[in-house]
Amino acid sequence: MLLIGQEAATAAQATSALSRTAAQWLWAVPLLPLLGFVLNGALALVGSHLGPADPSAAPHDDASHAGGGHPAGAHDTAHDTAHDSAHGDDHHVVARHRFAALTSIIGPAVLMLAFLLSAAIFWQFRAVAGDMHQPYVQRYFSWIPAGDLRIDAALMLDQLSLVMVLVVTGVGTLIHVFSVGYMRDDPSYPRYFAYLNLFVFFMLLLVLGANYPVLFVGWEGVGLCSYLLIGFWFSEKVNADAGKKAFIVNRIGDFGFMIAMFMLFANYGTLDFHALSVAVGQNAVYGGALVTTICLFLFLGCTGKSAQIPLYVWLPDAMAGPTPVSALIHAATMVTAGVYLIARSHFLFAIAPVASLTVVVIGALTAVFAATIGLKQWDIKKVLAYSTVSQLGYMFVGVGVGAYSAGIFHLITHAFFKALLFLGSGSVIFAMHRAYHATHSHEDAQDMRNMGGLRRYLPYTFALMWIATLAIAGVPPFAGFFSKDEILGSVFMRAQHSTLADARWLGIPGNIVLYVCYALGLAAALMTAIYMTRMMIYTFHGPNRTGEKERDHLAEAPWVMTGPLLVLGILSAVGGWLNLPKFLTVGPIGALERWLEPVVGESALRITHGEAPEVAHSVEYALIGAAVAIAVIGIWIAWSRLDPGKLVPKAQAPPEQGFERVLEHKYYVDEAYDRAVVRPTYATSRNLLWRGIDIGLIDGLFVNGSAWLARGLGWMGSALQSGQVGTYAWVLVLGVLAVVGAITLR
Amino acid sequence: MLNESLFFSAVLFTIGVVGVLTRRNAIIIFMCVELMLNAVNLAFVAFAQVHGVAGQVFVFFVMTVAAAEAAVGLAIIIALFRHKQTVNLQQINLLKG
Repeated sequence: MLLIGQEAATAAQATSALSRTAAQWLWAVPLLPLLGFVLNGALALVGSHLGPADPSAAPHDDASHAGGGHPAGAHDTAHDTAHDSAHGDDHHVVARHRFAALTSIIGPAVLMLAFLLSAAIFWQFRAVAGDMHQPYVQRYFSWIPAGDLRIDAALMLDQLSLVMVLVVTGVGTLIHVFSVGYMRDDPSYPRYFAYLNLFVFFMLLLVLGANYPVLFVGWEGVGLCSYLLIGFWFSEKVNADAGKKAFIVNRIGDFGFMIAMFMLFANYGTLDFHALSVAVGQNAVYGGALVTTICLFLFLGCTGKSAQIPLYVWLPDAMAGPTPVSALIHAATMVTAGVYLIARSHFLFAIAPVASLTVVVIGALTAVFAATIGLKQWDIKKVLAYSTVSQLGYMFVGVGVGAYSAGIFHLITHAFFKALLFLGSGSVIFAMHRAYHATHSHEDAQDMRNMGGLRRYLPYTFALMWIATLAIAGVPPFAGFFSKDEILGSVFMRAQHSTLADARWLGIPGNIVLYVCYALGLAAALMTAIYMTRMMIYTFHGPNRTGEKERDHLAEAPWVMTGPLLVLGILSAVGGWLNLPKFLTVGPIGALERWLEPVVGESALRITHGEAPEVAHSVEYALIGAAVAIAVIGIWIAWSRLDPGKLVPKAQAPPEQGFERVLEHKYYVDEAYDRAVVRPTYATSRNLLWRGIDIGLIDGLFVNGSAWLARGLGWMGSALQSGQVGTYAWVLVLGVLAVVGAITLR
Repeated sequence: MLNESLFFSAVLFTIGVVGVLTRRNAIIIFMCVELMLNAVNLAFVAFAQVHGVAGQVFVFFVMTVAAAEAAVGLAIIIALFRHKQTVNLQQINLLKG
């Protein structure tokens, strides 16, 4: 099996039409961000060694305010500590880093170069795509040769990974540029860019890896960078805790991923994607227990990385990191890795209907569940975080029903509009924080109740965020409409005619499961429209609630931040062109689907019994009409329920009652996990492992016990040595008598 | 004759042992040790009648060693008395660690 795979891959490398094109520079795509990481990391280390560039140039207005001998820096720290412990807010304004200017060039430049290179590769790939029947693989060295296990350090380029590379580097570049403005005054500016570059390196490794272990290295690496960036302001315990939570929750998922890899190797003898798809095609049993188990374990990994029920809890807390990080890692790229993994493992999921249905059900439940929580969040980033969880649910529904291109399509459009929403919220928070900072107010800069009427102060952000809102709500002709509609349509069609509809899931017929998931998807779409409109009303409409003094300080962010917003706004508006539905007669219809067809087409067809899914035009129009109607109804509900003029700031807001309170507290899931998992673990660790085993058994019995034993024996021995000759004589005589007695009585 | 000799030897030895164990005066204990040595000598002589002359030769050795021991032992006791102003062994526990 292994040999076949290697020969095939080597042959592909030798004969690939790509060998003599820009694709031979494939290795440079991930290496450029790695170079950026090394350079920025070096600057961060050297900078911390040298100390701040010019202490006297530190916080401008703070020095004047602090007055009588109060050091400006100390004041600033105290201010932010009080602020952050309450709200987990962004922004620590201190002196600029001495290497900030250099980092501002290196950080975005390596990404820009990587993007240009991958665009060049895309250009040449497109020319020869017709002649490519196997992925283009670059092998560098044998990484893990151990017995039958042979794992190469190899990158693989096919249509799927190329799409992901373009999204990661493209959106990544924009977010890097935005960060230049957003993180401008952070004292750890080079460290931030080092982490961000490292993240992109690992993400590219993840999408380009030619086998599961290389993918897994990227998978773990992005997890590491996520941890580092969530806890970027680690001096606040809240942020450090959020980082740890993300890391630990992800470990649970990674456990599943690793089990899946072990089982794949044990049963199919290889972990190389191409060789494995051949081996699985030859040996695996359709719907067999083995392949179902492997798929479920893989999906467990996805639920961790992509924040699905039951492991979604880390993602909302991950908003403790800087906002551009939330945009890049926790919305646009890393969290979609699970979707990519399932699309990449299409050859497994296509023959495991029960596992695929599980993916669909979990995805649909997550979409609805997270959307309901999003209805009642006040922190602007939390709304977007739950929105991300919900949209990821959609993507899983898409790839779960075997509509891989639809899932990836939604992944791409979501990357555009969610990055835009997050960066827009970053722009809002930036303005809010500057305003509150200028007046030394300790109000929450991320609470939407403190915003309102920002459209007058942030006109560009306002317009661009409305585009993203309409896109995510599914209003035509914005990007989200096409991708969401395609996912929902795919579910509906596959409920009528597919291998999934014929299968049974927990005893329920598959078609019923799919229809229910379709309904859940519609419900989630409705709530998406509601909570997004609510967010926009609270943030941008009605009178301003920020405060009298603060109002004068509200202003649009510099062009380095609004520029990326503008590009993302255009992408969110026209991203649907990537994959226009068939009923339209203009433009490139189904471009993405045809592009991905060589990779996932076979598996997608297998699920639909070998026929391209078709429904009558009347049904298709009805589905689209329903989707649009739901988006419009959602927006209308939010408009009619919320009067922008009557909203109140956070300080005057009454507490929530009843079910709304439950929603505001996120169904108390964190509390339930705390009771069910965290506290029992703590209690067991504290009482059994620490006090019982460590202190009691090891320290008590083994360490101190042996000391006590030695001391006790010594005490007994010393008591015998009384120095009384008489006693010794008695002992001697008794000993002699004993020996004599033993001899004579034997 | 052998039995009577051995019986007498055993009695003499037991008196010596009991003396060593029960008395406190170092001189008396020393004398009891001599008593035990002589009980052994008596047993040697008695066995020599049956097993040959080697036992009698051994008695000379024992008497020689006992004489040397008496000299050393009495010297120790004198030194002890000079040091502690007593020969009561219960008040002397210099062997204690």
